[in-house]
Amino acid sequence: MELRFTEEERAFRQEVREFIDRNLPAATRERMESGRTPTKEMVVQWQRTLNAKGWAVPHWPVEWGGTGWSPIKRFILQEEIQQTPAPLPLGFNTNMCGPVIIAFGTEAQKKRFLPRMANLDDWWCQGFSEPGAGSDLASLKCAAKRVGDYYIVNGQKTWTTLAQYADWIFLLVRTNPNAAKQQEGISFLLVDMKSPGITVRPIITIDGAHEVNEVFFDDVKVPVENLVGTENRGWDCAKFLLSNERTGQARVGASKERIRRLKLIASQAPGGGRPIIEDPRFRERLTEVEVQLKALEITTLRVLATEQKNLGQRKPNPASSILKIRGTELQQAISELFVLAAGPYGLAGADPGADRLNEPEIVPDWAALAQPTYFNWRKQSIYGGSNEIQKNIMAKAFLGL
Amino acid sequence: MDFDLTEEQRLLQDSVARLLADRYKFEQRKAYMKTPEGWSREIWSAYAELGLLALPFAEAEGGYGGGAEETMIVAEQMGRALTLEPWLPTVVLGGGFLRHGASAEQRSALVPKIARGEMLLAFAHTEAQSRYDLHDVATTAKRDGDGWVLNGRKVVVIHGDSAHRLVVTARTAGGQRDLKGVGVFLVDASAPGVSRRGFTAVDGHRAAEVTLEGVRVGPEAVLGNPEDGLPLVDRVVDEAIAALAAEAVGAMEAVHGLTLEYLKTRKQFGRPIGSFQALQHRAAEMMVALEEARSMAMLGAMMAEEEDATERRRQMRAVKLQVGRSARFVGQQAIQLHGGIAMTMEYAAGHYFKRLTAIDTMFGDAEHHLNALATGGGLITAAAA
Ligand SMILES: Cc1cc2nc3c(=O)[nH]c(=O)nc-3n(C[C@H](O)[C@H](O)[C@H](O)COP(=O)(O)OP(=O)(O)OC[C@H]3O[C@@H](n4cnc5c(N)ncnc54)[C@H](O)[C@@H]3O)c2cc1C
Ligand SMILES: Cc1cc2nc3c(=O)[nH]c(=O)nc-3n(C[C@H](O)[C@H](O)[C@H](O)COP(=O)(O)OP(=O)(O)OC[C@H]3O[C@@H](n4cnc5c(N)ncnc54)[C@H](O)[C@@H]3O)c2cc1C
Repeated sequence: MELRFTEEERAFRQEVREFIDRNLPAATRERMESGRTPTKEMVVQWQRTLNAKGWAVPHWPVEWGGTGWSPIKRFILQEEIQQTPAPLPLGFNTNMCGPVIIAFGTEAQKKRFLPRMANLDDWWCQGFSEPGAGSDLASLKCAAKRVGDYYIVNGQKTWTTLAQYADWIFLLVRTNPNAAKQQEGISFLLVDMKSPGITVRPIITIDGAHEVNEVFFDDVKVPVENLVGTENRGWDCAKFLLSNERTGQARVGASKERIRRLKLIASQAPGGGRPIIEDPRFRERLTEVEVQLKALEITTLRVLATEQKNLGQRKPNPASSILKIRGTELQQAISELFVLAAGPYGLAGADPGADRLNEPEIVPDWAALAQPTYFNWRKQSIYGGSNEIQKNIMAKAFLGL
Repeated sequence: MDFDLTEEQRLLQDSVARLLADRYKFEQRKAYMKTPEGWSREIWSAYAELGLLALPFAEAEGGYGGGAEETMIVAEQMGRALTLEPWLPTVVLGGGFLRHGASAEQRSALVPKIARGEMLLAFAHTEAQSRYDLHDVATTAKRDGDGWVLNGRKVVVIHGDSAHRLVVTARTAGGQRDLKGVGVFLVDASAPGVSRRGFTAVDGHRAAEVTLEGVRVGPEAVLGNPEDGLPLVDRVVDEAIAALAAEAVGAMEAVHGLTLEYLKTRKQFGRPIGSFQALQHRAAEMMVALEEARSMAMLGAMMAEEEDATERRRQMRAVKLQVGRSARFVGQQAIQLHGGIAMTMEYAAGHYFKRLTAIDTMFGDAEHHLNALATGGGLITAAAA
């Protein structure tokens, strides 16, 4: 057992830190430090910088731009990006659709899509959920009918994150409504968002942000070469994608960064004649979160170390559900502590996606963002397979219940 | 980063697990508990044969040469079996004081006896007023020629009734709650002036009240610096916390397993109760809590050997806090998920629950460490202004 990072790993962390410090635009860092979401341009610019360095898709096969690094080394890169804070490479591209194309796609699809995904030349979005298909994703209805060399897509997707930025959407569609099992009639399609017949309609979330959308498909023609894998076997792609999605949700580095920021803020914010950090109740709640985060960090490293050993095997790890549950709970707990720290100043809330908040300043920016972020973060335990669904998975797959 | 055990560590783990699976089944444990001593001398000899009593001592001194990881491995297995022997007080606590505070002569006199199973130790620390504060010591040690005279009363001295030697904290200078002026003394339990009242603690382990009335000890009884023994106490207690964390993980793992078995076999409403989602989710939450504790027990093993005392204490508080939280949750849920059966002495779950509760209250419960850790600024440093 050796729980310390090796000399080489520590040196690598230093190298990453220096690279980020040299190359990350100050405006991006400042915006993220304040707790706002980065703009599309900021995300694109930064992913291209990382890609030029060869660090945008370290987990992909080397021939498609990967690095061949160990999971621990990848963790360090990701943690450093989150801790800066800087935008991570777009998950829809690098963790969701990219790996599916690598695992299930044709050579032509790989050549056509992967380099552009890595460089964020194309912004992808995820078209899985529908009004009638949330947790029970396999009940989805959005239909694709094969007509000659095309699929004709009709139906609706919803909750589609950042579809307003997207060039492409990866879709789960029903290609066989008569299959014996729902899962057996689903296919995985890649669709150009400029295709005629697609309408994107914003959904404004409770924090006031435009983050998600409804996407409507009205006789949208999709060339058959945009089918990934085998027709009616799209569920395999979906399961593979969802287990990859979960592991990324622990976000330990991001939580650490938020706690560091919170501690700075709380040492200045008023708390009844003293800084709120000196309030015993506040301090203890914060400390509990720090300790759980430490446990989560070690658990994450344990999972990665196992992955390192089982390299190449594609069976989902029970721990990925643990990471998802605790990681999201902790992010939510941290957002609550920001609300506590802000107190009445949090009432002057602002949309975290807005460029200019609170100008001229009524309350500090961080206080204006505290409640909207707290509202927004309630999503964490809902998406990516809700936390209840994670417990179902654990009970079935690992506890034998 | 490597979470694997070495080949040698795996052998150690296997041999302890085999011994306990064979000779520490729940019914056997009940029998050990019923003996006058409350634990098994035969098992103690078996530990000696396996080298578990020599575990942390240097090979050159007749020890096994194990470190904090080996302690973790053994303690976890003992947690699974709910062992009752004085291993923690003799080997981890007593052994810790000998390793970090004793002279080579003291060690060469005692370590071989400990290793053979002939010498039992106990840590006589907690007093009526001290609660969890290691520096709060009212027992006094007054200089007397080249030796010392001890007076005071220690309560809940774990396995204090069977110990041959007691490691006693006593104040050599300053006020009752001063950080300086705490001495550590190795006292013969049969010395004139030492009286003991043994009892069985809630978790089935033996314990004693120890009274010291004019107990004279020689200069060789002093462990470490008699005017400034607290750093030594802190260090040894931190090693004990790491061991307790591992023991708790073993106990949680076992009682979680027992609960899962029960959920699969107990039928109500015509089906196994494990088919009810309310219970499935609790069982999953127990697993989350268990894995958190396991991660922190690993951190404990790593930090036990940290030389920077402030950092070591800080991390160890985090370990004890998380383990306390997890232990309480897993223990309570194990009882609840079983229903009435777990309320009985006849069934193992309640005994795990009790040991887990006891572990939380040893060397500071979760609230105590939370308070101390929070006051000290937590684990993560603030961003630069
Ligand atoms: C902000 C946001 C962004 C999103 N982005 C995207 C995106 O980009 N692309 C996309 O495809 N989807 C996205 N989603 C959708 C997300 O994946 C779904 O919200 C999620 O799958 C839950 O589905 P639902 O909202 O329909 O809730 P439901 O499935 O209706 O669940 C309602 C409640 O019932 C519980 N529940 C459901 N089934 C069970 C069960 N079997 N056992 C116990 N409890 C159960 C759930 O946990 C939840 O608490 C996003 C969602 C949000 C909120
Ligand atoms: C101290 C004590 C005193 C008692 N005194 C009396 C008395 O005087 N007279 C008397 O008649 N009885 C008495 N009882 C029995 C008591 O009523 C039962 O223990 C209780 O009904 C639960 O039954 P069980 O213990 O068989 O657990 P089970 O019914 O086997 O339940 C085990 C677990 O499964 C859960 N569970 C069961 N069914 C479901 C479901 N459908 N959905 C979700 N979860 C479920 C339970 O909540 C529990 O967590 C006593 C029990 C105790 C512990």
